[in-house]
Amino acid sequence: MKRFGMPTLIGISFLFCIVPSWLGWFSNYIQFIITLIGINIILTVSLNLINGYMGEFSVGHAAFMGVGAYTSSLLTVYLLTENPFFGKAILPEELSILIFPISLLIGGVAAALFSLLIAIPSFRTRGDYLAIVTLAVNFIFKSAIENIDAIGGPRGFMGMGKVVKAMDNLVSFPWLIFWTFLVVVFSIFIIRNFVNSTMGKSIVAIRDDEIASELMTVNTRWLKIVAFMLSCGLAGVAGGLHAHTVTFINPSSYFILQSTYILVMVYLGGMGSLSGSVISAIVFTILLELLRPLDVWRWVATPLLLIILMLFRPTGIMGSRELLDVFPKLKKYFSSLQERLTNAFIKS
Amino acid sequence: MPLLKVDKLTHYFGGLRSVDNFNLELSENELVGLIGPNGAGKSTVFNLVCGLYRPTEGSITFNGNNLIGRYPHQITSLGIGRTFQNIRLWNELSVIDNLRIAHFSQIDYKLLDSLFFTGRLVRDEQKVTQEAMDLLDKFNLVPYVKELPRNLPYGIQRRVEICRALVMNPSLLLLDEPAAGMNQGEIGELINLVRWVKDEFKVTVWIIEHQMRVIMNICERIQVLDFGSIIAEGTPKEIRDNPLVIKAYLGEEVT
Repeated sequence: MKRFGMPTLIGISFLFCIVPSWLGWFSNYIQFIITLIGINIILTVSLNLINGYMGEFSVGHAAFMGVGAYTSSLLTVYLLTENPFFGKAILPEELSILIFPISLLIGGVAAALFSLLIAIPSFRTRGDYLAIVTLAVNFIFKSAIENIDAIGGPRGFMGMGKVVKAMDNLVSFPWLIFWTFLVVVFSIFIIRNFVNSTMGKSIVAIRDDEIASELMTVNTRWLKIVAFMLSCGLAGVAGGLHAHTVTFINPSSYFILQSTYILVMVYLGGMGSLSGSVISAIVFTILLELLRPLDVWRWVATPLLLIILMLFRPTGIMGSRELLDVFPKLKKYFSSLQERLTNAFIKS
Repeated sequence: MPLLKVDKLTHYFGGLRSVDNFNLELSENELVGLIGPNGAGKSTVFNLVCGLYRPTEGSITFNGNNLIGRYPHQITSLGIGRTFQNIRLWNELSVIDNLRIAHFSQIDYKLLDSLFFTGRLVRDEQKVTQEAMDLLDKFNLVPYVKELPRNLPYGIQRRVEICRALVMNPSLLLLDEPAAGMNQGEIGELINLVRWVKDEFKVTVWIIEHQMRVIMNICERIQVLDFGSIIAEGTPKEIRDNPLVIKAYLGEEVT
């Protein structure tokens, strides 16, 4: 029983998200919101790795999301649909079910490689430098895409809707929610494993005291680059999902506003708390939707909320704690390998 | 062959010569002290050996490996453990995690193992935890395993730090003012601890200290540093009677 806490949790959320969508109990709008929540969870969890666990300050996460979004949607649209950008489809529509996840993966890899370009020079120094560099990257990304007319430039890029429709025509199944769900589980799985392992936990040591880490044999430069790439790669995959969910993207979709949203979700949830990130992504997405009737006032309400948060709970919902620290009884089912090992050795 | 050979080490901070022509040979299982007034450059020597600063001139050889130009983590992985003047444990991580992370260079699994939770990771984490717990047990620190270091008494924090420095199976242990801020009782314990560590783990200990009680009690050989250069070298007794040392510490006698 002890080892099955996680699979049970995944199974339950699977039942609640996908099965109702499949059976048509959820309207398209609800399905859209669920997908958006999933995407935001991936983005928040991945940025938390850099800003929370590693203690660096990246403010241009949307740029990496955008790289993934453009890469994967260019791929699917180019390969699978007839469109004004590239003309006739190359592969039959039937392959869409296969091509879609592959394009997501390629989008993630592209974002990770792009982040490597930034990480190598940025991590030579410490502190605010990365913030400035990532901000600049966000601008560079936007103006670069705006100037490539072949993919729509500032007018944006579309056609992903046809791909999604093709998948649905082939097998009627909520594919987008399904893949979002898988990627959410995958992201949380690998990030949780990473930050619990001795290798990954060293990034917390780097945040705490970089020089001490380096002198205690931690290869800080390598580790920081790896964590950054991991985080940006996941953001790229999330970007691919996002592009196929909204079916129309333009360079401003992945600009400062989006970056700020992700930052807000990270700080709302708590730095260095995975469960906090998940909670805040859910709360924040739903809140934004609920505030939709306020129209323009939404842009007043959201920042106000942030100010209130910073005044009364500057550490975010969870601080650096996990849900397990709040409900210790659950530890029986969800505690990490390392914790179990420690306990076992203390007892013996 | 000496374990550590420092030859004609010189280092400038801008225009200031912080270390000037420093020479040292350490053989195995020695206990050597480095003393000097504040700002004499003692910690700088340690930082040069560990690779935090790059020397302007000179060479450092450890176990036949040239240390100049290597990253600090590569140097310490070769088997140099060190502690810090102001305790630098990771305060947001428990004592056991402090010990585990110091195993970083000894981890066998790769990045992908840590992401996907493979059998190799489980095996290795088990090994690392086992080793860490054994070490903590030797230092009588098991009751504090899950505590955050900042919540521990000062003397215990020092013990944890020395314990962490021994994780990389060092053949050389650098102690930077381990008795700083301790009372007389704790200093007595520390003296015994350092002796015990040296014999138990077969390490060479190189120690910076201001507390003469510690230095005179445990060191077999002492170097005195003033304004970056060695002004005296010898056994504790020789150092105690050396007029140059007395001058450096107390100033010139009025004649």
